[in-house]
Amino acid sequence: MRYSLLVISQEAEDANISDEMMEWGRAAFDAYGKSLDAAGVLISADILQPVSASTTVTVRDSALRVQDGPFADTKERLNGTFVIEVPDLDAAIAWAEQCPAAQYGAVEIRPSAIIFRDGAWRGQE
Amino acid sequence: MARPGMTAAGAHDAAAAGAATDAARDTARARAESVARESYGRLLALIAAPGGDIPSAEDALADAFLEALTRWPAAGIPGNPEGWLLTVARNRLRDRWKSTAVRRTVPLDPTVLFGLSGSLDPPAPLSLDDVDPDEIPDKRLELLFVCAHPAIDPGIRTPLMLQTVLGFDAARIAVAFSLPESTMAQRLVRAKRRIRDARIPFTVPGLSELSGRLPAVLEAIYGAYAIDWQGVAGPSVRESLAAESLYLATVLAALLPREPEVLGLAALLSFSLSRAPARAAPDGSTIALDDQDPARWDRELIRQGEMLLRRAHGFDRIGRFQVEAAIESVHCDRARSGETDRPALLALYGALVRIAPTLGARVALAATVGAVEGSAAGLAALDSVAVLPGADGFQPAWATRAHLLAQAGRVRDARVAYQRAIALCADAGIRSRLQEQCALIGAA
Repeated sequence: MRYSLLVISQEAEDANISDEMMEWGRAAFDAYGKSLDAAGVLISADILQPVSASTTVTVRDSALRVQDGPFADTKERLNGTFVIEVPDLDAAIAWAEQCPAAQYGAVEIRPSAIIFRDGAWRGQE
Repeated sequence: MARPGMTAAGAHDAAAAGAATDAARDTARARAESVARESYGRLLALIAAPGGDIPSAEDALADAFLEALTRWPAAGIPGNPEGWLLTVARNRLRDRWKSTAVRRTVPLDPTVLFGLSGSLDPPAPLSLDDVDPDEIPDKRLELLFVCAHPAIDPGIRTPLMLQTVLGFDAARIAVAFSLPESTMAQRLVRAKRRIRDARIPFTVPGLSELSGRLPAVLEAIYGAYAIDWQGVAGPSVRESLAAESLYLATVLAALLPREPEVLGLAALLSFSLSRAPARAAPDGSTIALDDQDPARWDRELIRQGEMLLRRAHGFDRIGRFQVEAAIESVHCDRARSGETDRPALLALYGALVRIAPTLGARVALAATVGAVEGSAAGLAALDSVAVLPGADGFQPAWATRAHLLAQAGRVRDARVAYQRAIALCADAGIRSRLQEQCALIGAA
């Protein structure tokens, strides 16, 4: 079963992060990425740029609308994703618990519904 | 009792019977209903466990019960009805999987894209195929842990248990929870989809996690019993829910015999149910504990409670349900000794408030302080409870206050407190008892 662990937190700039915290974060995420990898559950891991760099696309009545900024403008934002392949929700919760962001933000677990693989959209394994 | 399987089956009963005689049909029907009652949760848990798909398992089981009503009258009732039902349900599931397997590569299904549905591929049915219908394993414990999983909304856990493990239909659960049937049905459907789509595993947590996960299971079972005391449903539904919660606790105690709080909960429910025969007045109203005739209490259930509580205490790990059971045990001991040991209650309520400081426990402690140390001490204890959130709308707090004020001779204050308690009381029997007590204080 594939799950996305969505890292929801304040952005570094808003959170006034000290150098020590930044150093801790770098080391913690490095270790987290390596342990996901070593366990063989990691599909992909991305830490995202701030929402100031994001662009939101909508199409309404065939008209393309491109807007600067995130879809929902809130204090806490989607700042990273970890896509993992694990047997069930308990395993996903265990990995989310290990994520450093769980300690200062939140990690939302979203099961994948369908996956594009080998040229077609497919259901979960 | 209405089981979902039987509800669906009953609707088609007449058409299905064919040439069978009425008598054979009635026998088959009675047998199917009794199997449904005893085995519904066991069969559902087993069928749903491999893929975590409760809705499909419910459908397959409903089909199997329907087929039983069609076939049993003519062919005779099979020697192993449970195994028969399991095999039919398993075949139904396999048919479904075959037909969905065609869609293995899916064209983009709009319901998925819009977040309306989850996984499209069927889960591997392998482990269900390995099950010998003659030796049906018990997966109900796993199902209980699924229902009380931390990813499931606490408010739907008890209804989910009542439906999946005990086979209550949504209509009956809705009555017990004072909700419209459609609302309850929708919440149950959502919870079951969530279990399937997020893939909540059918497993009993390992020892290291068990202590963290077990309280939610106990809480949900206790929830079925606690409905009893909130005056939200008719007495008959309330009594049957309390009996079903005792049944669940007993199943759990048999499956986890080394967990003292499980034994404590089963003991608590045994004691409480033992008083059910004495609780209802001839007019259907509720009789308060101290006014009940102990001769009408069920001795067998009291013995069962004592036995469970002794076993729980043997593990020397005290917990909320064990203390509550000990309190119930003191009350039940009035059947033997003729009086209630108030000092023992005082010590136990003190312990309960330390472990689980609920409003109910605090008010009960204050009432017992009043009974043992006098009304002034009781009122002082109650004053410290009154400032807590929710206390102002808590009927027992006002009833206790009224009672203590009347004892202290503060007639006018007592009347005001009685009026407040009466206004908050949802149970007709308790309300009329409060009205009587209120009327008596002027005369004294």
